[in-house]
Amino acid sequence: MSLETPVGNRESSLVKSLRARLNKGDSWLTYDLGRLFSADKLREDAIDQLEERLLLADAGVDATNWLTERLGYDLRAGRIKTEVQLRAALRKALLDLLLPVAKPLDFPAYIKPYVMFVAGVNGVGKTTTIGKLATRLKRDGKTVMIAAGDTFRAAAVEQLETWATRAGVPLISQGAGADSASVIYDAVSAAKARGADVLIADTAGRLHTQIHLMDELRKIKRVVQKLDPFAPHEVMLVVDATTGQNALNQALQFHEAIGLTGVTLTKLDGSAKGGVLLAIARRLALPVRFIGLGEGIDDLAPFDAVNFVDALVGDDA
Amino acid sequence: MFENLSSRLTRTLDALRGAGRLTEDQVNTAARELRMALLEADVALPVVRDFVDQVKARAVGAEVTQSLTPGQALLRIVQQELTATLGGKSEALNLRTQPPAVLLMCGLQGSGKTTTTGKLALRLREVDKKKVIVVSCDVYRPAAIEQLKIVARNVEVEWFESQAGQDPVVIAKSALEYAKKQYADVLIVDTAGRTAIDETMMQEIAALHAALNPIETLFVVDSMTGQDAANTAKAFADRLPLTGVILTKTDGDARGGAALSVRHVTGKPVKFIGVGEKSAALEVFHPDRIAARILGQGDMLGLIEETTRKVDADEALRLANKLKSKKSFDLADYREQMQQMQKMGGLDSLLEKLPGGAKLQAQVQKAQPEREIKRAIAIINSMTRQERRYPDLIKASRKRRIALGAGLEVQDVNKLMRQFDQTREMMKKMQGGGMAKMMRSLAGKLPPGMMGPPR
Repeated sequence: MSLETPVGNRESSLVKSLRARLNKGDSWLTYDLGRLFSADKLREDAIDQLEERLLLADAGVDATNWLTERLGYDLRAGRIKTEVQLRAALRKALLDLLLPVAKPLDFPAYIKPYVMFVAGVNGVGKTTTIGKLATRLKRDGKTVMIAAGDTFRAAAVEQLETWATRAGVPLISQGAGADSASVIYDAVSAAKARGADVLIADTAGRLHTQIHLMDELRKIKRVVQKLDPFAPHEVMLVVDATTGQNALNQALQFHEAIGLTGVTLTKLDGSAKGGVLLAIARRLALPVRFIGLGEGIDDLAPFDAVNFVDALVGDDA
Repeated sequence: MFENLSSRLTRTLDALRGAGRLTEDQVNTAARELRMALLEADVALPVVRDFVDQVKARAVGAEVTQSLTPGQALLRIVQQELTATLGGKSEALNLRTQPPAVLLMCGLQGSGKTTTTGKLALRLREVDKKKVIVVSCDVYRPAAIEQLKIVARNVEVEWFESQAGQDPVVIAKSALEYAKKQYADVLIVDTAGRTAIDETMMQEIAALHAALNPIETLFVVDSMTGQDAANTAKAFADRLPLTGVILTKTDGDARGGAALSVRHVTGKPVKFIGVGEKSAALEVFHPDRIAARILGQGDMLGLIEETTRKVDADEALRLANKLKSKKSFDLADYREQMQQMQKMGGLDSLLEKLPGGAKLQAQVQKAQPEREIKRAIAIINSMTRQERRYPDLIKASRKRRIALGAGLEVQDVNKLMRQFDQTREMMKKMQGGGMAKMMRSLAGKLPPGMMGPPR
């Protein structure tokens, strides 16, 4: 586990580095794709094999059925005869699924400060994501501020402080036990006063079934809207890639409470395949903003459907 | 969002009614449904396969007793198998060693190790009366050590100091040394979250294990984990001799299929489940309850247990006797009834344990039953004793006075009176053996065993 990872964010090497980071170079979807063919013909159980891989990756029954039905249709129509064609068909199907949700975060110049809420269930990596995101935005030349809205969990503020120092951005906090809404309200007014470009507000992790905690989120939003009726401009849900089908419930409940505008998927560097991304793309029309690939400060990449799909359906995987 | 297994099985199988035994055809049809339901509950695919085979083998030819439909019969087999696979009965922590008994916590990032460490420490201190020391070997995540320090202070157990930048193994060794000197009963060692494919980190935890020789090595896993639960658990079990599993965040609405995957892959019992953010929110694991949850049937047993604990049995009996002895049910009785309901912690905590409760809960929340009950009690409190005994006395002018006394409107008083009238009607019907009749007709509709042994 290295804290400082060299960045290889040149466009050309991005796919390669993404591939290397996603499951340590092991493409769960297309490894030994050639084995699905025998004597240049697609084996009978090829679709079943793919179905199994998708299910194993947490893609869920719905997204899996959708993908396999599509491939099955192409297969019966005689459009898939070789490995290359299968790869192309898979690639196309995945792109159809993921392109519509690959909308990067955009910071229009006329919104200042751009207020961002980061929410999610416990332990998905909200604070870490904020640290990485602040670093990234600062490098892009933006003035960034962070609000320590997680006043509940022990040492959450200290954790965010460490990240703020690493990123070199100011942190607004009132310490543990303070009212989350009040911290974030303060931070938004401070960001206004200082003319910051972006304010990222951390919130305490909460299970989406805890009604009073979801009400607290609503309250934070209400309070901040006193300062800026259009805030928050982005409400980002952070989802752990190891999560199973419950991710959909999380997204629905959080959306109902505060209206999500984006999703970030973390911990894609583990052995979890993050296929839940496909389930999310299939079921919710929520833009996927970033993917988290490790604990280092640079291990956050904007979600790019083409790169992501290429990393999954590589030609040499 | 997901159709629960019982309705799935009932729908597919009950069309094929009539046979005295489950046929192979029926079982195969049902196997597909079972597979889907388990996958949707996040049970890992290889585990699903093994489990479905296991059920198939037992189900074909199984007798369908008269009172059951084929769907119910199969569901029962599934439930029994699931409970058996999950471990049959709950297992306690093993502390039978020369003190200090060392507990080593391990798991993925964000699974809840530090929070669980605090909960375990509290439980050991309060319930088992042990002297507990906790130490954090997480030198990586910012403020992880600080977090354990705060958690330890909250649950009032001793915290052994460690610092970022120290070698985890060195920390562990000195903590163990210290625990021995202090004659501590238990030392809980919290570690950094790690992915199973991070070789360096896996070597580190193996080294920690070797240095500590813990009596319990507990794998902490998030109940929302998907398919990866099986792989990760296996990878950890390959490197460490795990002795138990703790399932966290079960207060969410995840089905908790991870519990089945982890249990099946490691063969180690789930010992505790985390049920909330508070330090006391750690419960002993009951396989049958998680089995019901994976199948989407709700935690009926937990519900019954909670109800019996909270309802004042004497009070309830007194109320019942009073109702029997008296001809009329008056407003004072009505108030007592509502006070009982309040004591049960309101509908909220009950609903969350019922099948599909989470959804209901959200709807009920809008109606705010809690507030309604509080208001009703306030209204009755504003009446004279005479009025409570003879509700028919209450006419317009009295209603105005009562409303004023309760700080509400006359409409609210009217509403309460209407509700009271309805309840009274029901009470009348229930008198004279009506209750027993109602229970008997209900018993026929409930699955066997749920009514409990006759008292």
